[in-house]
Amino acid sequence: MRRIAGLLLLAAGPVLVLGVLFVLPVTGMVAEGFLVDGRLAPGAVLDVLARPRVHRVAWFTVWTSSVATLLAVVLGLPAAYALHRLALPGRTAVRAALLVPFVLPTVVVGVAFRQLLGEGGPLGSLGLDGTPVAIICGLVFFNVAVVVRTVGAAWESLDPRPGQAAAALGASPWQVLRTVTLPALRPAIVGSASIVFLFCATAFGIVLTLGGVRYSSVETEIYLLTTTIFDLQAAAALSVLQIVVVVGLLALAARLRATPDPTAQRVVAPVRAVRRSDAAVVAATLLVLGAMLLPILTLVLGSLSVGDGWGLANYRALTTAGDDQALLVPVTTALLTSLRTAVDATWMALLVGVVVSVIVTRRSHSVAERRVRSTLDGFFMLPLGVSAVTLGFGFLITLDQPPLDLRDSPLLVPMAQALVALPLVVRTLTPVLGSIDDRQRQAAASLGASAWRTLLTVDLPVAWKPVLAASGFAFAASLGEFGATSFLARDDSPTLPVVIFRLIGHPGEMNYGMALAASVVLAVATAVVVLAVERLRVPGLGAF
Amino acid sequence: MTLALTDVTVRYGDTAAVDDVSLELEPGQVLAVLGPSGCGKSTLLRAVAGLEPLSAGAIAWDGADLAGVPTHKRGFALMFQDGQLFGHLSVARNVAYALRIRRTPSARVAARVRELLALVGLRGYGDRLPGTLSGGERQRVALARALAVEPRLILLDEPLSALDATLRERLAGDLRSILHDAGTTALLVTHDHEEAFALADRLAVMRAGRVVQAGAIDEVWREPVDEDTALFLGYARVLREDAAARVLSAAGLPPAYAVALRRSALVVDPAGAVRATVESARVTPEQVRLVVVADGIGEVDAVAPLGSRLSPGDAVALHVDVTRLAVLPITAEG
Repeated sequence: MRRIAGLLLLAAGPVLVLGVLFVLPVTGMVAEGFLVDGRLAPGAVLDVLARPRVHRVAWFTVWTSSVATLLAVVLGLPAAYALHRLALPGRTAVRAALLVPFVLPTVVVGVAFRQLLGEGGPLGSLGLDGTPVAIICGLVFFNVAVVVRTVGAAWESLDPRPGQAAAALGASPWQVLRTVTLPALRPAIVGSASIVFLFCATAFGIVLTLGGVRYSSVETEIYLLTTTIFDLQAAAALSVLQIVVVVGLLALAARLRATPDPTAQRVVAPVRAVRRSDAAVVAATLLVLGAMLLPILTLVLGSLSVGDGWGLANYRALTTAGDDQALLVPVTTALLTSLRTAVDATWMALLVGVVVSVIVTRRSHSVAERRVRSTLDGFFMLPLGVSAVTLGFGFLITLDQPPLDLRDSPLLVPMAQALVALPLVVRTLTPVLGSIDDRQRQAAASLGASAWRTLLTVDLPVAWKPVLAASGFAFAASLGEFGATSFLARDDSPTLPVVIFRLIGHPGEMNYGMALAASVVLAVATAVVVLAVERLRVPGLGAF
Repeated sequence: MTLALTDVTVRYGDTAAVDDVSLELEPGQVLAVLGPSGCGKSTLLRAVAGLEPLSAGAIAWDGADLAGVPTHKRGFALMFQDGQLFGHLSVARNVAYALRIRRTPSARVAARVRELLALVGLRGYGDRLPGTLSGGERQRVALARALAVEPRLILLDEPLSALDATLRERLAGDLRSILHDAGTTALLVTHDHEEAFALADRLAVMRAGRVVQAGAIDEVWREPVDEDTALFLGYARVLREDAAARVLSAAGLPPAYAVALRRSALVVDPAGAVRATVESARVTPEQVRLVVVADGIGEVDAVAPLGSRLSPGDAVALHVDVTRLAVLPITAEG
């Protein structure tokens, strides 16, 4: 009983934070849809869901996400194998490079693909700009890393001996793959596919920048309904629909995720030399790498082209507000705002995330305690299931009156970003904390260490690197966050992604050039952070 | 039909895990490679299976070099220390694995699986999942799976060492009769000399990547080539120079530089020629084990029949059992 009381006391802080900053905004948003003039009117929501446009938007979201997920898995599997099981030269560098697209700000990815596929771009002749194909390409670009990471980590720690046993029984390499390896990897593959589907279905920046007004997903439709059409009830109805679907998907993904078998040996199998029979796999990996590099390269080249020649004019213009005063503040100011916001968001996400991770990974001593813990675990994962746009929208309509009038607080944007980054922090920390054998803590306790001392001597030496990695990840995610920020950032203090989006929406060659240059700056900032984090070599980093 | 290893070397970087090993195995024989952990015996086994590339030398079957023949085309079955059953397949599907790979008709598969499960004493276990089996049962399934397509050679990697003592003894007997009844040729690696004696006809002792002694099992057993080999084969102590000469003369044998003694080589016997003082005595289920200090020999092990009331300080006479010692072919330099 005392343990449960202590547990609840420890959980009180994060629960309160999540209650005010998550549950309140989301319920406020739901209430917006279901209440008409203070009375319950669920019929109105059903009316919205019956609109043909809503059907089109929902169907578009489902089919583009499905195709993108399938492609991400098909492209990701060979790369996961080649980069985790073969002694390819420079494979650590390639693995790090493949992590970059995943944390690249969505707006940047959108801009890069427009530059690649648009008129005058290297692939402009294909006429793909503004088509669903472009959106799918963007989604795949963004999510291949998730598959490579998740499946690669599983593949790396896969015991090679069952496969060898099968080979000794006469199974050819293909038969080994089909009958032994893929069944063993199935949880990782299905788990990563469901997460990728989730990311695709709630993608905001990519669809908004690449789809324009012609193609809309549920996520961008919510944005358009709130900011342009002011149909809050329809927006709320769509948000509810999205929450239901996404939470359902998350629950499914959680069930399918590999439950670590404590009796299985987690070995990192030695990589083996590349043979001629690996040619196809290596070629596929190079193809993926090339497809990743192409948009980024186009973006960099585009930012350096001025008129008919090359130059840094686009970068120099970043200290101005653009042609026709497109912006209220120069881009450099927005960059500073972004960095400051990211610092605040990082410490907030870390503070809550560490406590949450400790709570959910400690071993339960009773059934009641386990129930409390797993309930808390599910509760803290909820932000992963609610789209950033819904969150931003909810913040906007609920945190605007005393005692919670945060509209003018400089911490409003960091808070929203911290919530978006929280699942990332928890996902990075829990596998590491969970992998510490509880008997180590018991051994420390039996040798006379207090609970505090145990944390210091058993948990901390293992956890400091993941904590550092998680903060880097949260920082990068916050730098690129666009969905919630686009609702919440004040006009006079926008963040960099918001500024980039504004620039590409304003006519003027200079503005577009500045958008490219600003995208490169933002991409470099996130890439530097993520590559520094990658050097910490935290197992399973970026794997969901 | 013979397996022949000629000057086989496997290197990891600069270190040779297997160093210039030559061995031969006749059909129907069981060869045990015995050595301490880290001596390279598992690497040798994996090289035979085709899982480790050779740095030098050759492995041939029936005169045909196996270099370039991938594992799945060698027709050797490999049984891992912990079975390595496929956790997602039932026991029957595990046993049938190699048969299905070879597209055997399903009626034949079912019959063969029943036959094999009966052979290893697991009738009716077909629908169980490996996770629900005990360690011994898993090893039996692994054996049935390895035997399913009558491999021309079966490779066993410490097949019993993951099991507890009583189970190990029982399964060793079963394994031996199953291998002999099936007429299977087998190569076994182990660090446990009991396991080697329980299963093998021939023995090769391996140390630091090299085979230091090979031969028929009783031959190796009676004539270990050096001190380390003797100790590894279960001899308790090695005596040198005067101490060795004294023990040998008491046994009526010509003197030699070194002699290896089993724990029971000296037996308490009033008519014995060696005088000693008891240091410690410990009762075991079969005899009383002593540590004594013998005149001119020093501290050695000895045994007394159950019921002997001996305590430290007692004077005893000891008889030397010639079947429980081995003269080592080494000299002062060796």
